[in-house]
Amino acid sequence: MTALASRPSRRRRPARIVLHIFLWAIAVGWLVPLLLALYAALRPYAETAELGYFSWPRDLSLHYFSEAWRRGGLPKYYRNTMVITVPAVLTTLFFSSFVAFLIARRRVPGGKFLLVLFAAGNLLPQQVLATPLYVLYKEIPLPWWMNWPSESLFDSYWGVIAIHVAFQTGFCVFVLANYMNTVPAELVEAAIVDGAGVWKQYWHVILPLVRPALGALGTLEFAWIYNDFFWAVILMSTGDKFPVTTALNNLRGEYFTDYNLLAAGSLLVAFPTVLVFFILQRQFIAGLTLGSSKG
Amino acid sequence: MGLLLGLPVLLDLALVWGPALASVGLSFTSWDGIGEITPVGGQNYHNAVTIYPPFWPAVRHNLLWLAFLGLIATPFGMLMAALLDRQMRWTRFYQTALYLPVVLSLAVIGFIAQLIYSRDYGVLNSVIGRTDEPIDWIGDPAINLWAVLALVGWRHVGYVMLLYLAGLKAVDPGLKEAAALDGANEPQTFFRVVFPVLRPVNIIIFVITVIEGLRAFDVVYAINRGRNGLELLSVLITDNIIGEASRVGFGSALAAILLAISLGFVVTYLVQVLRGDRS
Repeated sequence: MTALASRPSRRRRPARIVLHIFLWAIAVGWLVPLLLALYAALRPYAETAELGYFSWPRDLSLHYFSEAWRRGGLPKYYRNTMVITVPAVLTTLFFSSFVAFLIARRRVPGGKFLLVLFAAGNLLPQQVLATPLYVLYKEIPLPWWMNWPSESLFDSYWGVIAIHVAFQTGFCVFVLANYMNTVPAELVEAAIVDGAGVWKQYWHVILPLVRPALGALGTLEFAWIYNDFFWAVILMSTGDKFPVTTALNNLRGEYFTDYNLLAAGSLLVAFPTVLVFFILQRQFIAGLTLGSSKG
Repeated sequence: MGLLLGLPVLLDLALVWGPALASVGLSFTSWDGIGEITPVGGQNYHNAVTIYPPFWPAVRHNLLWLAFLGLIATPFGMLMAALLDRQMRWTRFYQTALYLPVVLSLAVIGFIAQLIYSRDYGVLNSVIGRTDEPIDWIGDPAINLWAVLALVGWRHVGYVMLLYLAGLKAVDPGLKEAAALDGANEPQTFFRVVFPVLRPVNIIIFVITVIEGLRAFDVVYAINRGRNGLELLSVLITDNIIGEASRVGFGSALAAILLAISLGFVVTYLVQVLRGDRS
């Protein structure tokens, strides 16, 4: 097997080089807009306004980054965002992988219907849900120790996390159930024959098999929930609780907005999502190809 | 176990479908969000399709958006996933480059749009040498949708690449080896062996393309709030429901129309699923 795997790669060397040239061209093309944004954030607004963004630099500094950090009050807002994002992503992945497992592998009655219900819920733009949710949240009471002082789901992290989980779980169930359908059924049946319980099948058999999909969904969900400010703005009223994406508004002036400062701030805000991608990338880069082919 | 199935379903029903159906109900009223709820029958729907000027342009833009994603961006993302699904140098770099646009917030996208397309300072006009009679890429309604679609495609490719790559990782390598032994070249292996096995993942890619095409909102909103040639249904819904006029009833009618279009696609999906069960 090892000999077979290595022979074609040697034979196709010229093809490999063409492939690399193509992929490099694409990758650089994809990075250019980002690098330009980074470049602009290093230059004073007066300079880019005079010379245009496509010009040689006179003055490069990290000044805008430190100013965005300070004026935007980023540390506090990063924390708010994490309070929403981390529980929302983990709950979403847990709920959705378990429900997907029940639908795709345990074949619970009505599973197909649930799948369509979940998938179709995601076809609506979230703005449609805004008004009814706002009314609903004001009506649902929470004990004072869960949300002070409103004592309702409105203006609470609980409420924002709940809508993220509800909305994203639908999407993830749909995606994961389909991934699970690609997993050979024999693997699960073997576990059933072994007498493994439902929980054991889920945790020890299915989850490891869909790790690439979980990794991919994990990065996507983190990015989406992290970047979202719509729900926070609609369902919360205390500015101090808002997520980091709204902190960028602190960088806008009343009459004049320094867009290069805003670019620096938004790049700082984007940093954690990039970091999460790097951490989870290992999950889907290695994937199953390495794990199951040998052995 | 029942609880772990029941709780997500309950959440979805209560927080997604409940409000969605409430919106459908409100679409038959003239509610403004505060005052009394007065039923008006199908009036909102009638007005939307007859006298609301941005309605048909928005429908056209959404369909164009969907066609662009479905015919260009999605296939390209799948191609990139297929090319990157192998042991080779630089894979991580290629993946990262393609994926980075996906994680960017609206603020970054909005800035990048200005950076590239701005009439006076933009990089694009400088590069193509149109600084004397600059092209207004965002302000000109004849071309701005295409400028925006380029940006949207830039994000969509990484999204599709990532999900498809995760699917490709689940394909049994033995299948590909067997095809190679039979003398199949790489494209043949992909289309005859990998693609059919990945049918469930293909369905995912199809559905997310539909979702992205119909729910499209954030990029145009970041650029110019979806006006002047960039109208989309979701923007009109938002403007009516959350905007200052607060025409919740009318906005809900637009939403119900969008829901009906969406469900048309979901039915297509359902047919696919059921056909898969029979074989």
